[in-house]
Amino acid sequence: MSSVSDWDVPNPVKENRSGLIGKGVDRYEGPLKVTGTAPYAYEVQPPSPPAYGVMVGATIAAGRITDVDTAAAEASPGVLAVWTHRNVPAQPPRGTKAHPRSTAGSKPALESDRVTYWGQPVAFVVADTLENAVAASHMVQLTYAADAPDVDFQARLGDAVDPPGEKDVEVGDFQAGFEGSPVRLDETWSTPIQNHVQMEPCASLAWWEGPDRCIAHTSVQMVKPAQHGLAETLGIDRDAVHLMTRYIGGGFGGKGQTYDDLTLAALAARALGRPVKVAFTRQQMMHGTIHRPATVMRVRLGAERDGRLNAMSIMTWTHCHSDGSFTEHASNFARSLYAAPNRLTGHRLVRLDLPHAGPMRAPGEASGTLSLECAMDELAETLGLDPVELRIRNEPEVDPENGRPFSQRQLVRCLKEGAQLFGWDRRLPTPGQVRDGRWLVGLGMAAAIRGNFLLPAKCSFSVDADGVITVRQGMTDIGTGTYTVLAQIAAETLGVPLGQVVVEIGDSELPPAPGSGGQFGAATAGSAALAAGVNLRKAIADLAVNDPGSPLHGGDSASVTFQDGVVALENRSETLRDLVRRAAPAGLTVEGEIRPAQDAQRWSTQTYGAHFCEVGVDPVTGEVRVRRMLGVFAAGRILNAKTARSQLTGGMIWGVASALTEGNAVDPRYGSLINQDLAQYLVPVQADIGDLEAIMLDEVDDKANPMGIKGVGELGNSGAGAAVANAVYNACGVRLRDYPITPDKLLAGLIAAGR
Amino acid sequence: MRPFTYERAADARAAVKSASETPGARFIAGGTNLLDLMKLEIERPQHLIDVGRLPMAEIEDTPDGGLRLGAVASNTAVAADSRVRGRYPVLSQAIVAGGSPQLRNKATVAGNLLQRTRCAYFYDTSKPCNKREPGSGCGALEGLNRNAAIFGASHACIATHTSDMAVALVALDARVETLTPSGQARSFPILELHRLPGETPHLETHLVPGELITAVALPPPPPGGQTYRKVRDRASYAGGLASVAVAGGALALGMVAHKPWRAVDAEAALASGASPSEAMARELAGASSAGRNDFKIPLVARLGAAAIGEAREGAR
Ligand SMILES: Cc1cc2nc3c(=O)[nH]c(=O)nc-3n(C[C@H](O)[C@H](O)[C@H](O)COP(=O)(O)OP(=O)(O)OC[C@H]3O[C@@H](n4cnc5c(N)ncnc54)[C@H](O)[C@@H]3O)c2cc1C
Ligand code: SF4
Repeated sequence: MSSVSDWDVPNPVKENRSGLIGKGVDRYEGPLKVTGTAPYAYEVQPPSPPAYGVMVGATIAAGRITDVDTAAAEASPGVLAVWTHRNVPAQPPRGTKAHPRSTAGSKPALESDRVTYWGQPVAFVVADTLENAVAASHMVQLTYAADAPDVDFQARLGDAVDPPGEKDVEVGDFQAGFEGSPVRLDETWSTPIQNHVQMEPCASLAWWEGPDRCIAHTSVQMVKPAQHGLAETLGIDRDAVHLMTRYIGGGFGGKGQTYDDLTLAALAARALGRPVKVAFTRQQMMHGTIHRPATVMRVRLGAERDGRLNAMSIMTWTHCHSDGSFTEHASNFARSLYAAPNRLTGHRLVRLDLPHAGPMRAPGEASGTLSLECAMDELAETLGLDPVELRIRNEPEVDPENGRPFSQRQLVRCLKEGAQLFGWDRRLPTPGQVRDGRWLVGLGMAAAIRGNFLLPAKCSFSVDADGVITVRQGMTDIGTGTYTVLAQIAAETLGVPLGQVVVEIGDSELPPAPGSGGQFGAATAGSAALAAGVNLRKAIADLAVNDPGSPLHGGDSASVTFQDGVVALENRSETLRDLVRRAAPAGLTVEGEIRPAQDAQRWSTQTYGAHFCEVGVDPVTGEVRVRRMLGVFAAGRILNAKTARSQLTGGMIWGVASALTEGNAVDPRYGSLINQDLAQYLVPVQADIGDLEAIMLDEVDDKANPMGIKGVGELGNSGAGAAVANAVYNACGVRLRDYPITPDKLLAGLIAAGR
Repeated sequence: MRPFTYERAADARAAVKSASETPGARFIAGGTNLLDLMKLEIERPQHLIDVGRLPMAEIEDTPDGGLRLGAVASNTAVAADSRVRGRYPVLSQAIVAGGSPQLRNKATVAGNLLQRTRCAYFYDTSKPCNKREPGSGCGALEGLNRNAAIFGASHACIATHTSDMAVALVALDARVETLTPSGQARSFPILELHRLPGETPHLETHLVPGELITAVALPPPPPGGQTYRKVRDRASYAGGLASVAVAGGALALGMVAHKPWRAVDAEAALASGASPSEAMARELAGASSAGRNDFKIPLVARLGAAAIGEAREGAR
């Protein structure tokens, strides 16, 4: 049985002899990206000129397609194929798994006349050029029998049900604890639909090698389910799909699955006998891929006058697609955050005729902290306590929900160090007191928490006759820095310079890894890489001590060291290159793997942080501008100070967006999202982000994985928006519980408050 | 995008001649608005006449002490011009409040004036829009119309004009100079360029088909302070929720109507000694809103009063 104690042995990452672990090393693939030479899926050169596919989205949210007229589109210049549900090649029904161990079932495109959301791909045009395909796509005529769209989330809250297989979680007696508390808070927050708006919209390119083998390039976070799902859809062997996703222009959870671009590219490439490219437009991304669903969150806090919580509850209402069950678990994070003997958390789900809901960066925490962490701010004010102090008073010794010990918990240190570095003591508890020119200035803070995960993964390491180490893994880099940290782990483990490492990822034919998501990527992929690296060290050491030509011959293989490209045993040494070239000229390849420890669940393993924010509010217009922001985080050993910082600050910026600008509005008459481009779906630009800093505390979490690292990709997002909202209140005295805090809403609050 | 033909005009006369003779012809300058709309098939010109390289990019002093801005001078060039910055700071401020540096490098004086609304329903060809498809209805009327007009809207269209630069030009009493298809040069006050929507929101200006804007002429700057204030959801690169241009005693409002709005009632009130707040209240007595854009009325009241105060401060 595997145990976390198995990890309690020295390894090259922990020893960090070359100091590469933690160093802010530049991106492995950075030069390719900044020179525009990294081939993203749509830019890969196929073996012969491709045709271009364009999808057509439904213009109803619910109903049926009753008639199809493609004559004009078919007659349009350059058109090679026009498909609807009537003539798309046959595909197995949705979810079919011909191979029982497939990690995803079939995902047929254009599968029927039924429309279940606005923008659902319902027709497909392929032409010789993109322009011809786009022009013809506008000529496809579809007639619908539309049902009245059922999309009004707020109106349907009363019909919400428990998510499948879930019940509320209660510890103690929440109601009694709440009612018996001298100080109570009971407020409701709401957050809108958000879209991932990755810089690279989803795109695919496919071609066939003979009738039985499909080569596909796409933009996806998880390789194996993409490969398996496509094979199931095409009705071919899983090994007959070679799926690649080498460079990915952002994922954020939105590319945790594939979409019809991949299916249609592969089907069309088979039907036409030539490579086919298909990409979503920015507008199509809004409806045609998943989104973070809207939430309504009711938070109740019951406290003693000294601030200790007796009772804590967060209940979340959210929505998903009419056929779906995805649930935005916005209440879950609260289970591990603050001590309170009486606790109630749970979720309610409404099924709507909206596009598919799904995970988006820090699913759960991103929305959930926008309520609870503001509720804590409100409670602190009621109690006359500093918000930092209120959190410290509710710091649990063990996980408050299940009594498990924390593997590591440095939340209080994050709060204290952050407060000091930020100058939190300058905050005036009464809002609206500080002016700078036309701006009212306020400070706010919030805590951050996000779970940590380890999944099974494999990796292979090779050394060739030039002494070059090649890492191969079916992992992805969605812009987070995976290439780079894998290179660092390899270089550190084998004692070679970074320039002597090659990283190959994003390929279904490489040893499988679960991909990027849930901030488990670096820990999972990296632990497998470490295992493979350690195995390669053993193989190389054995090679040396067993080779009569080696100066290390006859020594103890366990004592061989690896540094600066040299293998050594006491004062005997040779270069790695000389050794391999002589003793194994064809090179060596080994595999390694990581599995979660079976006793890992005995600990509560989380990442933590504290956000501090200063905003200016223009009391005349209700405009809010972030002036400075600091996050202090504790997330295990940091592999790369630069990429980790980018992840954390990126998450913080995401929080600014959630607080102030970001969201998709639904027009209930159509069941459609109205703001569909980046001029109308607003994420922060440079000018919105003032002075921004993320600091990582020293930490090693030996219960997390053999490297003692944890995830940072989502932590920065958790709590960041709440810090902004709390700063807005401190600046101007207006609490808005309906995100985002836009000038129209804030102005109404300012006027109501007599400002 | 529909197929189209393209020509680069040899001179202004050839441009208007071609425009009047070629069916479905349109001028293109920076292309930052027109090309986006063509990609979405909101605009479907059959022929483009590129006027971007005509010798109309000069910014020159006029004998009366004003300034003439060539129609294809880039927004960047105008905003950075030392005479504009020195004498017409409201114009410089308004231009840099719009778009991004990349857009302003391409965008031109004439193109900016003739940019089309940012109404979300206009941009979504799956929704009804009288401006895009006359007679199809107005998706925004009962829709998510936070940014709708509060002055001069009709039941056919409640969209706003979204140019920042135009608001400053209206406050500065600029004149538009054009060449008509028959080769006549004419000039008229900028306030007469744009129309209110009425029953025909697809008709946005009083230019005749094929008429080319050749320049915008600024009279000498008015006495008194100038300022431009724009309210927006994020700090940069966002369309406005409302804006105000003050140039001496002149006041223009942006994003409140189908055209840049000259606040004549407020000006008259100020001239007769009303306070800035009183003046704005006078102007807004004629405003109307419909739910989601209610906030614009107090917003403009407050913003206008603040901007008038700032301009007066600046003049002292
Ligand atoms: C993302 C984005 C954000 C933006 N934000 C803002 C903003 O905040 N504030 C703002 O004010 N603007 C904003 N804009 C609009 C921008 O200012 C305009 O796109 C630009 O000014 C248009 O100028 P152009 O030269 O590129 O025009 P074009 O796109 O070339 O033409 C626009 C129109 O003008 C006509 N035209 C061009 N030249 C002439 C001429 N000489 N005579 C007659 N007709 C002519 C064309 O036929 C066309 O109808 C934004 C645009 C984008 C894409
Ligand atoms: S407001 Fe005008 S532009 Fe917007 S949908 Fe209505 S008619 Fe079209």
